[in-house]
Amino acid sequence: MAEFIQQVVSGLASGGVFASLALALVLIYNAMGLVNFAQGEMAMFATFIAFTLITRGVNFWFAFPLTLAAAFVGGLVIERVVIRPVERAPVLTLVIVTLGLATLINGAAGFLYGYVPRSFPSPFSTQTVNILGAFASYQDLSVIAVSAIVLVAIYLLLQRTTLGLSLRAAAFHPEASRLLGVRVSWMLAVGWGLASAVGAVSGIMVAPVLLLEPNMMQTIIIYAFAAAVLGGIESPLGAVVGGLIVGVTVNLAGAYVVGGNLELAVALAIIVAVLVIRPHGLFGRPSARNV
Amino acid sequence: MQTMQRLRSAPPRYWLVLVAVVFFVGLPTVTTSFQSSEWTQVLIFAIVIMGLNILVGYSGQISLGHGALMAVGAYTTAILISRYQVNYLLTIPVAGLLTGLVGFLLGIPALRLSALYLALATFALAVVTPSLIKRPVALTHGVDGILIASPDPPRLASDTFAAITGGTVMTSDQWLYYVCLVIALVLFWLAWNLIRHRPGRAMRALRDREVAAAAYGINVAGYKTMAFGISAFYAGVGGALYGITIGFVSPDTFPLALSFQLLVGAVIGGLASFAGPLLGGVFSFWLPIASSQFVSSQPWIPAGIASGFQKAGPAVTYGALLILIMIFAPNGVVGLIYAGYARLRTRLRGAGDRETGQMPPDPQTV
Repeated sequence: MAEFIQQVVSGLASGGVFASLALALVLIYNAMGLVNFAQGEMAMFATFIAFTLITRGVNFWFAFPLTLAAAFVGGLVIERVVIRPVERAPVLTLVIVTLGLATLINGAAGFLYGYVPRSFPSPFSTQTVNILGAFASYQDLSVIAVSAIVLVAIYLLLQRTTLGLSLRAAAFHPEASRLLGVRVSWMLAVGWGLASAVGAVSGIMVAPVLLLEPNMMQTIIIYAFAAAVLGGIESPLGAVVGGLIVGVTVNLAGAYVVGGNLELAVALAIIVAVLVIRPHGLFGRPSARNV
Repeated sequence: MQTMQRLRSAPPRYWLVLVAVVFFVGLPTVTTSFQSSEWTQVLIFAIVIMGLNILVGYSGQISLGHGALMAVGAYTTAILISRYQVNYLLTIPVAGLLTGLVGFLLGIPALRLSALYLALATFALAVVTPSLIKRPVALTHGVDGILIASPDPPRLASDTFAAITGGTVMTSDQWLYYVCLVIALVLFWLAWNLIRHRPGRAMRALRDREVAAAAYGINVAGYKTMAFGISAFYAGVGGALYGITIGFVSPDTFPLALSFQLLVGAVIGGLASFAGPLLGGVFSFWLPIASSQFVSSQPWIPAGIASGFQKAGPAVTYGALLILIMIFAPNGVVGLIYAGYARLRTRLRGAGDRETGQMPPDPQTV
């Protein structure tokens, strides 16, 4: 039982990471109906920025917001430069562009930092705390806490601020929002910036566990896809719940059912099962198609 | 007499096909054995990209998982050869058909998915494949992979080759080149027939407007799954040839990057075109090699940057090219050539082509 609780806690910790990245995916999906295949790579690159800052002697808790700001600007610039020209293009074009972006960022990180995995300094102690006879590491608990803070912050931003209202309006009804004075195209860029910053949190949280290298997020993005699809790809709440479910499921399946190495296949199974059985996920609305 | 007239009035593209065939048939007689084996891989890429083109370019579905389908074909061949001592030539159609079946089955859930979800699911498939291959160790030998002995050229072929080149002994690589060439020609010819006739028209119709296509009585689900199956067949044949040519298959032979490389080839060459896959094969094989050779040969680029480029360069070049092509030339190299040709003709003859009364080819968007 104790071991089971331990597995659940560490599952929740990885679930928090998946949830942040899935939330980033949802933000962009809501803004422009696109799954951003470069989200993981953007997070990876932001993590490298944090790594550079920390190794240059910047305190972690100062480097963290600095990195998020850099990620925000980076996402904004990427939207303006790369996505803007193909904003109205068919989905296939957009998907290919984001794939190109993913490859480009991956290569750029490999070029600048090399492919040797580096250990990322963790601000949290690796000691464990006893909960109901099970041992949970401070690392895991802190990741859960940080993820929760980010998710609440995003929720407040979207629901309680004028910027959040404009963002939602622009995504919900672009023409009407433009008539009411919302700068819709600019809101897309802000959405990308925001998603990039949220994604960066997942990168920084997972780096101490996984070791930092350009391909670090390649598996995480699959779990994030699974989380977003499970929760319903347009639902921020769904992304969070989906992330936690995927985290715990994958961890338990890895420990008790399929063994290591095949955890990724569990994510694939979740994606396929949800898409076939309930394409709108747990929290999404079933989509109707106009003929 | 009539034949001559028909030949003279044949559109330039038929001459281009002839030139391409002569080029590819003659190539191994003037290059080294190693160079032929490089061009073998170009041909294999062209085959797989043709299949991808049928799926993405003509039927409007997306697959980021064709590297995984190649793995199915390659492992089928490898297992049949190493375990059951089947003749390698016989394994190729088996690999194609089996992969085609897998693709057909993948196509069924794909029917319910929008393009975006399909991209996502096939992307996940491509990432998961290496770890899936590692699991059944008894069958796939896990991470160790399977060795495939390279086949000797048959007597007839090596004698003919020696007669043409003046006594050069045909190597296994050169023989495999011709095997791939013949298979590529047959598969391109089949694809041509498929695209120019009923199934091709149906696929293009449902790509451009699914509801309208259904209203005209086109079996949307049938053609969509068929496109998946055929595309997978091409990938399976390509994978089988890839395994035989390299002589070794392992889970790391089919990484996500391979699926990418194929998609890049399809997009750079030009989707929904015939020359596209061939050009795409040439580009996706030579681009990483040529770009890193170029960088290391330039004296003004510092050695540190050049060595960093060796590993990361292909990814950077691929990514940048994908984005640039999608923004500036969504019809790929073939589209650029068409546009250039059309402008040239307009300049030479004045606007419009009154002689044949043909409409200019429609720009085909992705």
